Amino acid sequence: MELAIGIILGCCALGAGIAMIAGIGPGIGEGYAVGQACEAIGRQPECKGSVTSTMLMGCAIAESTGIYALVIAILLIFVAPSFLVGVLQGAVA
Amino acid sequence: MKKSAKAVIIDILLIAMMILPLTACIVLKILFSPAAEGITVTGAIIYFTIPMPIMDLPITESQVNSWAVILTILAICLFLTRRLNIKSVSKRQFLAELIVEKAENLVKSNMGERFMGFAPFIAAILGLSALSSLSSLLGLYPPTSDINIVAGWAILVFILITHYKLKGGLGNYLKGYTEPIAVFTPINIISEVATPVSMTFRHFGNVLSGSVISVLVAAALQGLTSLLLGWLPGLLGEIPFLQIGIPAVLSLYFDIFSGCLQAFIFAMLTMLYIANGFPEEAYEKRRLKKRRA
Repeated sequence: MELAIGIILGCCALGAGIAMIAGIGPGIGEGYAVGQACEAIGRQPECKGSVTSTMLMGCAIAESTGIYALVIAILLIFVAPSFLVGVLQGAVA
Repeated sequence: MKKSAKAVIIDILLIAMMILPLTACIVLKILFSPAAEGITVTGAIIYFTIPMPIMDLPITESQVNSWAVILTILAICLFLTRRLNIKSVSKRQFLAELIVEKAENLVKSNMGERFMGFAPFIAAILGLSALSSLSSLLGLYPPTSDINIVAGWAILVFILITHYKLKGGLGNYLKGYTEPIAVFTPINIISEVATPVSMTFRHFGNVLSGSVISVLVAAALQGLTSLLLGWLPGLLGEIPFLQIGIPAVLSLYFDIFSGCLQAFIFAMLTMLYIANGFPEEAYEKRRLKKRRA
């Protein structure tokens, strides 16, 4: 029983770590977007306001895949262990 | 113009109505939260449950907090719009006019003239979301870091989007799923369902990640302080010198900037989805046909 619970806890932590690899994608994407925005502002400093607001908007949408991974990771850390242990104990008993 | 005593009393009552709900929430939280050891990450406290036929209805901290935020916004609106007049514009009226003007400009530039009626709704979503996120500054559990609250808003927006898509007729709406070819139908259905889910997760995830990271950093700083100063005798070893200031910087980003940005993005996406989902040509055609018949 202890071994099974240990495996569950370890795998949940491992899964949360693997899920957060998805953070690479939004990082690259947002960095590219911000770089392009800086270039645009450098070329046309007068439209700084609209470029900045459009960039923030785009960054927030590009971030959503990272946020999905984060939600999965948070679920795996805070919700899944107790749920899975409960299932295991129910199956044993 | 001198204020009458009645007007002053009503003003004071409205200001009290702004502050009291949030204060009541803080008191409730202090009364109900169990004595915790150290720093922990917990969900919303359940105040009490109402028995229901299918499932018990828990009244949680986030629900109560969001009601308090709604009351506060109501009081702010009533306070700002009291004693409006055309001749002598007071500071209060100027602020109210500024807010209305900004909201109308935002809606006009993003949705067009046809959707001007959406300005109050968009302003309401923006204010509710921003104030909900900012309520974490008072030490409350921010309602936006509870998935149920945000999912409620997202479902409301989804119903609105579908309503405006149906304006072009049911046939036109169903035909929209087979664009560009019939093979794409499952993908289109999935992307339709993904709209409220992604809106929910984006807002909820950003606010929740902020609070989780803040708690983790606070715990790490506590550990680091006790490691550095723990060998000093007595009270000297308990000075929390690393915990002063550093969490405030994080809070500046996660609570203020991120909360306001997510509120803006939620409102922006609402506007864009509704305006883009509205089939203008089909609607006009349908109206012409109705007028002829």
